[in-house]
Amino acid sequence: MSDLETKNANGSPAPAGDAVIEVRDVHYSIGGRKIFDGIDVTARRGRITAFMGPSGTGKTTLLRLITGQSTPESGSVKAWGQEVARMSGKELFALRRRMGMLFQNGALLTDEDVYENVAFPLRAHTKLPEPLVRQLVLTKLHAVGLRGAARLMPAELSGGMARRVALARAIVMDPELLIYDEPFVGLDPISMGVICRLIKQLNDALGITSIVVSHDVHELATIADDSFLLSGGKVVARGTPAELHKSDLPEVRQFMGGLADGPVAFHYPAPDYAQDLLEGQS
Amino acid sequence: MSANPESLAVNWVRRVGGMTLFFLQVCARLVPSFARPGLIVRQIYNAGARSLVIVMLSGLFVGMVLGLLGFDTLQRFGSEDSLGVLAALGMLKVLGPVLTALLFAGRAGTSLTSEIGLMKSTDQLTAMQMMAVDPLRHVIAPRFLGGILAMPLLAATFSVIGLFGAQLIGVQQMGVDVGAFWSQTQNAVDLRDVTEGIVKSVVFGVACSLIAVYEGYNCEPTPEGVGLATTRTVVSSSVMVLLLNYLLTAAFLTKS
Repeated sequence: MSDLETKNANGSPAPAGDAVIEVRDVHYSIGGRKIFDGIDVTARRGRITAFMGPSGTGKTTLLRLITGQSTPESGSVKAWGQEVARMSGKELFALRRRMGMLFQNGALLTDEDVYENVAFPLRAHTKLPEPLVRQLVLTKLHAVGLRGAARLMPAELSGGMARRVALARAIVMDPELLIYDEPFVGLDPISMGVICRLIKQLNDALGITSIVVSHDVHELATIADDSFLLSGGKVVARGTPAELHKSDLPEVRQFMGGLADGPVAFHYPAPDYAQDLLEGQS
Repeated sequence: MSANPESLAVNWVRRVGGMTLFFLQVCARLVPSFARPGLIVRQIYNAGARSLVIVMLSGLFVGMVLGLLGFDTLQRFGSEDSLGVLAALGMLKVLGPVLTALLFAGRAGTSLTSEIGLMKSTDQLTAMQMMAVDPLRHVIAPRFLGGILAMPLLAATFSVIGLFGAQLIGVQQMGVDVGAFWSQTQNAVDLRDVTEGIVKSVVFGVACSLIAVYEGYNCEPTPEGVGLATTRTVVSSSVMVLLLNYLLTAAFLTKS
């Protein structure tokens, strides 16, 4: 895949291994609550990059910054060398046409069937003849194993199937970057394995760059080339999943080991437990 | 918690300003949305055809009540033959557009708001933006246009059925002469009256559709947020329709 070429901000080919996404010293707050306090992450071309971290650490927010849905208070977010925050609406749409995104819940259009959902980007952006649209849609649906479900409505799909249809829709325009927002949430082990393999296969077969946001350590370990562990508004560790597993940092050990006690508190700040219980009786 | 008048006023100005900007943004996308007429036709069907039964039923009952009350009042002055004029003018100029708009707000308006709100809460609108598709053009503009086009058609249906209902009671039940009923109606109603009804229904269509799509698009993406937005649609649309009806009626009377 490294011999496949992508384009930089000016549309000219860029060498393999170039940073597709660069986030530098980003600060961001929501409602006065600090989400990022000088975060640095990079997603390189042709690789699967994982952003991991406990719930509420801003993994999805990071995706929103990368895709231009939110703007950082300070710092730089670059996609293919272009500053995302400075892009006009048209430039942002042009940027997004180079990306595909898989949402947590699939975000399928509920009033369209599976076929029309996958065909949606093609109809919106191209004037391809219907036979070609059909061919492309069926090819992508076949890739995710759901060609036979083309005429089902989203309400008739299981969670795993909906995620796969959303994946087919995300790749139908042949994006250079695929972003997965919590692709394993709520899936049974079989569906999880299927999605996991699809992410890897698509990345390798299409020569694209992938960003996966998740807290499923074991699944990510099997597919991620680079991992970033976010906690407390910062990147607390980076490296391959194997390197993270070997880390001695308490935050990393807690997260990778799934431990309740550690730097990340399990309990939300509260008064003394016994006192709290006794107060109700008096 | 009671809000002070100042913050209420600021909120109101902010809301009106937001809605005006939203209206201009949607208007700028109306012509491009014609590139996919299928979307608009589907929305006319959703907002119009699916409201047809309730509009026709309501029109019939309102017309029948108008026939009963009109006959009762007019016969006191010995002018029950003018029942057709009363029913036709009442239906065309006020009852048709106003009641259709209120029904439209309750049936199609709430449906639009909740549909768009649910699309927002399930990330469908964000997904469109991520696919470089403008939701204002693809989702909002066709629905807005569908509502505007459906309203006058529904109001016309309401008026025609209502007039039929008045005729049913006046002529068939109360014994008003059928010839007098229709000939007086024909003589009294002119193009200006019809125009007033059409103008009102178009304006109400714009107001109700705008409020419905605005509330859906700007709702909190939670079940409670969608519910509140749906309620706001009905309340705001109803008040707006009654206010606009007064303003338009006064304007047409001044003009004549």
